[in-house]
Order: sequence, then C-alpha cells, then structure tokens
Amino acid sequence: MWDNIKILIDAPLFTLDMVINGLLIGAVFALIAYGLALVWGVMNVKNLAQGDFVILGAYVAWTLFNWGIHPFFGVPVAFGVLWVLGWIVYKTVVYRVIEHDLFTSLLATFGVAIVLQQSMNLIFGSDEQTVSLGMESMSFFDNVVTIQPTRLIAFFAAILLAIAVITFMKRSRMGQAIRATSQNPRSARVMGIDTEKVYAFTYSLNAAICGAAGALVAVIWEFQPYIGLIFSIRSFVIVTAAGLGNLPGVIAAGLGMGVLEQTGAFVLGTQFQQAIVVGMLLVVLLVKLILASRHRQVVEQ
Amino acid sequence: MSALMNNKMAKIVFYAAILALGIFLPIWFPNYIGQLTVMWLMVIFALTWDILGGQMGYNSLGNIFFFGVGMYTTAMVQVGMFYDLAEYTSPAGGEIYTFNLTQYFSGMAVGYLVAGLICVVFAVVLGRLMFGLRGPYFAIGTLALATVVGELVSTWELVGGGSGMSMPNFPGEPAVSKAMFYAMMFALAIVTFLFLRWLYGTHFGLAINAIRDDEEKAEGMGIHTLRYKTVAWSIAAFFLGVAGAIYGNFNNFFEPIEVAFPTTTFGIFMVLMVLLGGKGTLWGPVIGAILFHIIKEVTWTYLLGWQWVALGLLIIITVVYFQQGIMGWLMDKKPTWFGIRVEGEKQRLGDMQ
Repeated sequence: MWDNIKILIDAPLFTLDMVINGLLIGAVFALIAYGLALVWGVMNVKNLAQGDFVILGAYVAWTLFNWGIHPFFGVPVAFGVLWVLGWIVYKTVVYRVIEHDLFTSLLATFGVAIVLQQSMNLIFGSDEQTVSLGMESMSFFDNVVTIQPTRLIAFFAAILLAIAVITFMKRSRMGQAIRATSQNPRSARVMGIDTEKVYAFTYSLNAAICGAAGALVAVIWEFQPYIGLIFSIRSFVIVTAAGLGNLPGVIAAGLGMGVLEQTGAFVLGTQFQQAIVVGMLLVVLLVKLILASRHRQVVEQ
Repeated sequence: MSALMNNKMAKIVFYAAILALGIFLPIWFPNYIGQLTVMWLMVIFALTWDILGGQMGYNSLGNIFFFGVGMYTTAMVQVGMFYDLAEYTSPAGGEIYTFNLTQYFSGMAVGYLVAGLICVVFAVVLGRLMFGLRGPYFAIGTLALATVVGELVSTWELVGGGSGMSMPNFPGEPAVSKAMFYAMMFALAIVTFLFLRWLYGTHFGLAINAIRDDEEKAEGMGIHTLRYKTVAWSIAAFFLGVAGAIYGNFNNFFEPIEVAFPTTTFGIFMVLMVLLGGKGTLWGPVIGAILFHIIKEVTWTYLLGWQWVALGLLIIITVVYFQQGIMGWLMDKKPTWFGIRVEGEKQRLGDMQ
C-alpha cells in the first residue's frame, strides 16, 4: 500500500493519468447522482433502484449493439425505454409510498431493485458484458497517460445530457412546476400545479437519466446484473456529500468520487474497489454527523 | 385470543403446544430437519430485528453484520484453540484437521461465548457512531456497514478470503450433529423470545418505545437515549452473534458474501418477515418468520429461477400494500382479542371524523 502511494508521489504523470480517468468516469456518476438528487429533493423518495435503472440502460444499449445499431443511438433509446419503466414503477409502487415514512420508500425501491436485478439476470445471464467500439486508446507523455476515447465521448455526452436536463429544469414550464413542488408541494397544489403529475414526471425523468447514463456505462465498462447496487450507493454518497439542491456540489462530488475510486483502487488493490465505494458512504455519513453534532443544542452529561 | 390469553391455564397449554411442536416436528419429519433449523434461525432474525425496527423505531438494514461477525469469531476460536489458523485456512495445505470430542465441544462452548461477547463489543462501539444517524440514514449507514465488512472480510487471507472457511468436522454421526444443532437453534429461539417478552414488559421496553414515538421528547423526559439504544442493539447483537455461530457449525462451511454477510438475502428477509408479521409486536415477528419460511420453502423450487423476482415482488407488496402486517391487521379487525376495549358507536364515530 505504501509502495503504491510512493509511486503516485514519485510519478506525477501517472497520477495525472489516474486523475483524468477518474474525472471522465466521475461525470457519469454525477449524472446518475443528479437524477437521485432530483427525486430525493422533489418527492422525498430515496431511490435504491437507481443503479438497477442504470444497468438496465446498459443492457438496452448492449441489445441494440448486438442488433448492429451504433451504441450511441442507444442513449436516446435507453432514455425512452427507461422513461416508460420509470412511469410504470411510479404508478404501481412509488406513488403509494410518497406519503409514508422514508424507510418505507427505501425498502419499496429496494424491492424494485431486486426485481429488476434478478429479471436482468434471468433474461441476459450473469456474464460480464461490454459494448466494444474498437477504438484505439490515446496516449500522451510516452504512454504514461492513456485515455480511452470512449470515456472521453461518454464524458462529453454526460455533460451534454446534464446541460439539457438543467436547461429543461430552469426554462420549461414543467421544470418550473417541478421546482415549485420541491419547494412546497402544498402551495404548488394551491397554485394549480398537478403535483401528482409532477411526481410521475420527475420519477420517469430520473429513470430516463439513469437509462441514458447506463448506455454510456455500457460503452466504458464491463457490466453485469449485480453491480446495480454499487451504482446506487455511489449516487447516495455523492448526494449525501453534496446536499440536496446543490448542483455544483453534486458535480464536484461526482467527479471527486471518480478520482477517489480510481486512486483508491490503485493504492489498496482492485479487490477493494467495492469496499472503497461503500466505505466512502460510511465516511460521508459520519462526517456529516460530526458536523451536525456541533450544532446540536442538547447538552450531553 | 383475549379469552385465551387471560386464562393462565390456556396460556400454559399454548406454550406447551409450541414446545411440543418444536420437539416433535423434527422427529416426525427427519428429512426436513435442516429446513426446520433454518426456520428457527429466521425466528431469531425477526425477533432481534424487531427490537430496533419495531420497538425502537430504528430501521436497520445491516443487522446481518452481527450474524457474520459471530460466525467468523466462533470459527476463528474453534480452530485457533487447537491449530494454527493461517495454516488451517491456507489454500495450499492438503492436511486434514481432526477434532476429538472434547476439543470440538470445548471449542464450541468458548467460541459461542466469545462470538456473543465480541458482537456486544461491536454493537457498543459502532452504536456510538451509528446512532447519531436518524431515519433512512441509519438504514443506509448500517447497510453500508454490513456490505463493507463483507467485502473486507473477503480480502482477509487469514480467514480464507473470498473462498471462505470450513468449520471443524463433527466427531460423530452426521445425524446426531443435525439433531444437536436443531436443538440448539430451537433453544436459542425460545431463550430469545422469553428474554424479549420479559424485556418489553420492563421499564426498558417503555423507554425504547418512547424513543420510537418521539426521540426528542424522550430525551427531554430524562431518558439517556444513547445508552438505551446501545443496550438494545447489544441485545440484538448478542443473540444474532450466537445464532451466526450455531449456523456456521450447522452449515459446516461458509464464505463471506453469500453466507456470513448476506445483506440482500437474510439481511432483507429479517425486515420482510417482521413487516409481514407486524412490527412492534411480540408475536408478529414469530408468525411472520414461520409463515415466510414456509411460503419460501414450499414455493421456491417451483418457481424455476424466478424465485428472487418473486421475493422482490413480495417485498414490494408487503411494504406498499400490507404495511401493518398480520398482527396489525388482526388488531384492526379483532381489537377485543388483544384486550383493547371498543366503545361501540363512539369509537366508530371517532374513526369517521
């Protein structure tokens, strides 16, 4: 472990490689986390099915790829497919748990996650899949810094998508309604906003964002049905660290997550990658707790 | 049930019937003794989850952590008392390790005790950190805890890493060991139940209910909430740790992710069983666990691979449509059974308003 840290310090170019690659995958994380922040902020539902929407999006792109369609067309298709799925999940499960306590929504979406995960396992098998575009990786500085062009494309695609969604939220009538509902659902209802419709729209939009992000994941990574939960946990880490309604925070935390994961996996070994992601969640929760306890008024004995 | 419950004689008959069932079921159905052992394990899972989830309002998704810790602790003690643990677990060694009767049972006795105590220590230490988290954060935090420990243990070479560990072989007939582990699990389930029945009737039970209903107010009333929460978690941890230890011996072999820290199977079953039976009640978890286990064992093999999808659907249906559980539903329909006085028209009018 210390040897690996020493390598990072001694070879700044190598560190640069790791940081760049971390930032590139971090953009996809940030996009997924943005979807979670949306659902969490607007309807107060903690969606544990987030990662499984992502993996389903990846399988949509993969299926299209097997049919001979270029995977980047998979992005809009996955967006559409997951939109429909999100709407169905909302209408059958989520709308019934919005009024309940948060643990209920957590558990209900966990159930959705298990159904999706196992269905994907039965339909697509548990083998690792990937969509290979056969692009040569780009090398800089005597092959020390290598960048996969697919990651670069995915990075920009994620940014474009994020810009599109944010513009939609800022400019469109529906976006305004969503933001109004998130501020105060009761007042929004008084002002004539159909909050039920807003909730359905928000949840579908989140699923669609996840699907599009999943199509990008298909191109840059190997995936299999069981890695959904780790994507959910990543987005929880990012949103918890950044706080709700803090868009720059979500982006920064997402990129930071990518970098930390890359360097952490190198320093400790790749077998620790999942542990790093989950461990980061614990760290973020505990740091928030310590910060909050400073403001607490209750005097301990 | 009220007439039944009020009558002391009937109560004794009721308990004796359950005791007799627990003893005679494995004798009548010797082929199902393994499933019956797991059924009592499920009862322990549900009962211990309900201490926090039902009675105290802290929904943990990571209680399975103690189950795994208990299993690994007892394995390390049982092997480590007589052999070198690193050699025992090394994949290269082809040696066969035998344990004679005294070694086996002394290892087991010490191992179970240490497993329970280590779990209590973990609960006290981790409780200080985790109990600051409220509501869903506690659920996510504990889920993360169990997952991360499972991942870390699977990279720990001393205990066999990802390929797991096998327990000492039982020195004797396999049938005897099966019956023995059944009896131990059944006894532990009964002890857990009786202990919790006593506990919920004490001041302690009232205090943790107060924490569930309004933690700030409970604190205002002078209840040292952190202390109560830690003790409650320690109780759950102790029983789960011992259950994990027995299950490790019963299974004879375990590996970290699927058996010792199965957050997505046993870890979620315990929540589901309590919700199914009715949380916050004494009998709810027991009924939920037994019902769930029977449904699971009967239908599982007929679902041809779709059983996990069915599990997810069961979670969704229970959580979304059947929140109150069987006991809650019964209390709603037949309140007189539970000694709740219904005041006729007045009550119904009150409900309508």
